[in-house]
Amino acid sequence: MKTLEELMAIRNKMQSQVNLRAEDATVRVVVGMATCGIAAGARPVLTAFSDGIQEKGLKDVMVTQTGCIGLCQYEPIVEVIEPGKEKVTYIRMTAEKAAEVIEQHLIGGDVVAKYTISTELK
Amino acid sequence: MVNIKINGVDYAVEEGTTILEACRMNGIRIPTLCWLKEINAIGACRICVVEMTGARSLVASCVYPISKFDEGKNILTHSPAVLESRKTTLQLLLSNHNKKCLSCDRSGNCELQTLCRELGVDDENLFDGAKNEYEIDTSAAHMYRDNNKCINCRRCVAACEKTQGVGVIGANNRGFATEIACAFDMDLADTACVSCGQCIAVCPTGALGEKDDTDKVWAALADSTKTVVVQTAPAVRASLGEAFGFPMGTDVQGKLAAALFKLGFAHVFDTNFGADLTILEESNELLERITKGGALPMITSCSPGWIRYCEAYQPEFIPNLSSCKSPQQMTGAMLKTYWAEKNGIDPKNIVSVSVMPCTAKKFEIGRDDQAAAGVADVDISITTRELAKMIDKAGIRFAELEDAQFESPFGSGTGAAVIFGATGGVMEAALRTAVWKLTGEKNDSPIEFAEVRGVEGVKFAEYTAGGVTVKVAVVSGLANAKALLEKVKAGEVDVHFIEIMACPGGCVNGGGQIIVPADVRNFTDIRAERAKALYNLDAKNTVRKSHESEDVKRVYAEFLGEIGGHKAHELLHTTYKASGLRK
Amino acid sequence: MYRSQVLICGGTGCTSSGSMKIADKLEEEIKKNGLADEVKVVRTGCFGLCALGPIMIVYPEGTFYSMVKIDDVPEIVEEHLLKGRVVTRLVYDETVVADQIKSLNKTNVYKKQKRVALRNCGVINPENIEEYIAVDGYQALYKVLKEMTPDDVVKVILDSGLRGRGGGGFPTGRKWQLAKDLVKDADQKYVCCNADEGDPGAFMDRSVLEGDPHVLIEAMAIAGYAIGATQGYVYVRAEYPIAVNRLQIAIDQAREVGLLGKNIFDSGFDFDLDIRLGAGAFVCGEETALMASIEGNRGEPRPRPPFPAEKGLNGKPTVPNNVETYANIPQIILKGADWFTSMGTEKSKGTKVFALGGKINNTGLVEVPMGTTLREVVYEIGGGIPNGKQFKAAQTGGPSGGCIPAEHLDIPIDYDNLIAIGSMMGSGGLIVMDEDNCMVVIAKFFLEFTVDESCGKCTPCRIGTKRLYEMLEKITSGNATLEDIDKLEKLCYYIKNNSLCGLGQTAPNPVLSTLRYFKDEYIAHVQDKKCPAGVCTDLLQYTIIADKCKGCTACARVCPVGAISGTVKEPHVIDTAKCIKCGACMSKCKFGAIIKG
Repeated sequence: MKTLEELMAIRNKMQSQVNLRAEDATVRVVVGMATCGIAAGARPVLTAFSDGIQEKGLKDVMVTQTGCIGLCQYEPIVEVIEPGKEKVTYIRMTAEKAAEVIEQHLIGGDVVAKYTISTELK
Repeated sequence: MVNIKINGVDYAVEEGTTILEACRMNGIRIPTLCWLKEINAIGACRICVVEMTGARSLVASCVYPISKFDEGKNILTHSPAVLESRKTTLQLLLSNHNKKCLSCDRSGNCELQTLCRELGVDDENLFDGAKNEYEIDTSAAHMYRDNNKCINCRRCVAACEKTQGVGVIGANNRGFATEIACAFDMDLADTACVSCGQCIAVCPTGALGEKDDTDKVWAALADSTKTVVVQTAPAVRASLGEAFGFPMGTDVQGKLAAALFKLGFAHVFDTNFGADLTILEESNELLERITKGGALPMITSCSPGWIRYCEAYQPEFIPNLSSCKSPQQMTGAMLKTYWAEKNGIDPKNIVSVSVMPCTAKKFEIGRDDQAAAGVADVDISITTRELAKMIDKAGIRFAELEDAQFESPFGSGTGAAVIFGATGGVMEAALRTAVWKLTGEKNDSPIEFAEVRGVEGVKFAEYTAGGVTVKVAVVSGLANAKALLEKVKAGEVDVHFIEIMACPGGCVNGGGQIIVPADVRNFTDIRAERAKALYNLDAKNTVRKSHESEDVKRVYAEFLGEIGGHKAHELLHTTYKASGLRK
Repeated sequence: MYRSQVLICGGTGCTSSGSMKIADKLEEEIKKNGLADEVKVVRTGCFGLCALGPIMIVYPEGTFYSMVKIDDVPEIVEEHLLKGRVVTRLVYDETVVADQIKSLNKTNVYKKQKRVALRNCGVINPENIEEYIAVDGYQALYKVLKEMTPDDVVKVILDSGLRGRGGGGFPTGRKWQLAKDLVKDADQKYVCCNADEGDPGAFMDRSVLEGDPHVLIEAMAIAGYAIGATQGYVYVRAEYPIAVNRLQIAIDQAREVGLLGKNIFDSGFDFDLDIRLGAGAFVCGEETALMASIEGNRGEPRPRPPFPAEKGLNGKPTVPNNVETYANIPQIILKGADWFTSMGTEKSKGTKVFALGGKINNTGLVEVPMGTTLREVVYEIGGGIPNGKQFKAAQTGGPSGGCIPAEHLDIPIDYDNLIAIGSMMGSGGLIVMDEDNCMVVIAKFFLEFTVDESCGKCTPCRIGTKRLYEMLEKITSGNATLEDIDKLEKLCYYIKNNSLCGLGQTAPNPVLSTLRYFKDEYIAHVQDKKCPAGVCTDLLQYTIIADKCKGCTACARVCPVGAISGTVKEPHVIDTAKCIKCGACMSKCKFGAIIKG
């Protein structure tokens, strides 16, 4: 290793891994991972979120799991909780939809309304 | 230069000078215990503490180099705090010291005792508590170690390691249990101690001492069936006087001989005879090695400490050692063969005593191949110190003695022999004879070889005579010897002949000489002072070359035959063997 | 990419309680549940909460599990890692507030802390250089080598006000400056790291070595550049096998990528590091003894001056600093001196790590800004004294330090304040004493340590400390007179003033500080032949109060020497001649009928 570029390359490569351990996340993406969720395909959704967020280098977003919310028919369910805002609940999620949510909602700031439970219930 | 104040008075001292030296130069003596100039500046005992402006605690003056950062500081050498501290230090030492002063060999010249008196120790039991108790190590032939009297000043360690490059003793354990001993608490006899006795010479207390063999001498003297004869080495006459109030460097040869007669020795001889004999044999050996081929450089063999060192630490140089016995052993051998025969005495009934400046001689008399007449060449070897004790015990008023002469046939040592006691002396004596030989045995061949004189640890010289160039080196102190031999091994030094003396300065500073307190030792060059006495004796002597000695000539004519011949070899030469570092 | 990471402490404390086996089991279970690609197990250094070990933190939530057992692992994996349900019963109580689980950083233990030296401990995997680089590692070295002159480096460190964290608190920048300038044209200089942590109870240096070894390598290389040294030595006690192992791994990794060795960052600067193991002598923490030991000699101090900056290792100019001091360096370089001086007090900048021990609820390592009060450390961070007992004193500075009484609880902790009240910072051991501690016994405890650890070179320490100890023993056994107390005090000052090295000069501090603040306790031992704390058995007497004794015989049955006699249902009596004062009867008595005093 001779240059700063080489050093920074390693740093950037590793940083997302280590940042996971920082507790300064303000936005929480909660994936329902009870038996119902897993059966409905929550696993790939969870992975898609955590991978996507790390890839995009979103520092203040934390992906976590939760148990059964009680809306089993809508699983996989993903909640996005931002401070000071109303919780957004996405339903029947897939890995592809997750990518859209990351891009539009978490990065762009616009809720992807078509996947939310409120749209469904209307 | 740095401007400081000592007790409020201004002085300018050179940067790097220690506080202790600066004070000494300006007339103030600071007491010391552990400090030995050049070899033991460790600040361990804390006797030499002084107060110094700005210092958080008291400062050990022996190790504090005055620097530019000390400009303007004031040093108090005997403030109440300083005096109280020194006294407490002594009292703490006493609390772990066997205080059997009345029966101590060093009573009267113990540095601890002296300091206690000087510093007004009023209660020697103030801090009494747990005490370490040690067995006395009497394993070695030449000395004992009584750690019950050791104050952990480590002067012996420094002498062994720094002066001699031997290092068979050091600190074991730690804290209150710290003890100066051999590694793994081995007995001294099981180590490669070279028996030089330099540790004893620097010990401030009675923790170290030579094995006292005077009882054996008293017993022999009282035995009417024995003929008790004594020989005394050149260096003894340069030191013995110190025990009886003579200034260092006083030659007491005549009183020494007189005292030995008074003690009751039947015959009193001079080891100088053996020294002359050594020169004839050794210079012959050297010239043979140079002209006919042999292990070079040839190295002298007079110093038993060096021999022991060579056998243990530098065995590759064993072939280089002269095969000559030491003067003590040559004199002893001639006593029990030639002299016994001439006087019709059975060698078994002769008790041959030697007085030596050396503790290693006690070891040497027991070596293999040192029994020309089938019995030991020398039976008892005592040190200069033991002789002084005998003189005291016998009530002999040494200072008042009329000078006496050593007896023939071993009484007329040459000037060449007497300088054996100083570093370079053997070399000079050998050169006197070798150059005489090389230049066609002319009587006006040179006598003085100034280049090999002096107290320097290592000296080199080169002489050309009769077309032969002889390159020589003179070294004293085994650490110096070690360094020189490493250079010989590396091919950096190329000489024909090396004189090696185990003790720095040669025998005058031997491990068996009168003890000189550190306070004197640190500011006086013992080696030079005592050597002067020997060089004066040489200068006064009318016979200054060994081959001119009538005694020696007669012995060859009547008894030994040719120099380096068969009989001479049988009686006056010996062998060596590698000993390894552990028993 | 991993969505979750489980950090397991691999410090010495947790390792001793089996954390590495738990980590293995965890990996096994994760694999079994098919989570190997999603969840990563990271073995880190010490978190500082050693009493709670083995500990585990699950990220991203930051759930803190304490005292985890190997049998708990399957549950944690199935419930938490797979299904996202926190295993509440294993969560550390302090992090549970009103049934809500909060992260460790929000607990009292952590909240008041400011982690600089310990910044990466418990956060990164110490055996992976890339994780260190991820948290900005080696950027300071780059900056120094490429953008700064040695003078610039020394200036930043001087300006930061950083002082040595190992004991004396000598300004680090000044030390570097002297080593850089004092000896012109030295052919060789050295950088040393003192990791011979020996104060009883202190283990911050070990934690840094175990948790963040690269910070040391980076800092030593920076020091090397600043003073012109190309070789460094880390002197670690052999009793720290994990630390030694991790440091060696770190050195190997740094060498492999060229962060140690020739021409680092193409700057022309060469630097390498080697480890030297100490054999466990406390005195080797003294810098000159440490260097003697590195040289292969008996580890004994030598007089100073000359100081190491002039004549150090092998007689060459040397900078010796301790681990915690070095751990601050890279951040000072990156964030600047002003950042560092923004923390702390006027003369003590930055933070200090303390090892909390003794009568305190949260034992372990904490790092606080200089100037935090003792009260905050003991009560807020340390959680106070167990069992509702009264705080009596805090001992700081290890065997060289002193005891701080309750009246000084509100003193802001920094180098100078501690010295002013008769203690010292030392390496940061902080041992809390409550009303049940006898202060004479405390002094004796520390003295015993010094007596054992004295190298034996100088008279005051070799014999003086032994005599001090004996005097204290005389006091605790009730055989001393008031004159003995004076003699004790005098000897203390003598040892302080006359010893060769810092160990001896500070050895009497535990005695002097207890004499200063708790002299009445000494006098009680001597004059009244009583130990107020009821600790010194020679001064104790157990008696049965006849009125309270029901004659149940429980005490007589438990007495190991048959010193209690009495008839059933009649008051019993203790034969004081036979009694060995073990206290068994007192704890057995249900009626509080037995008292000691």
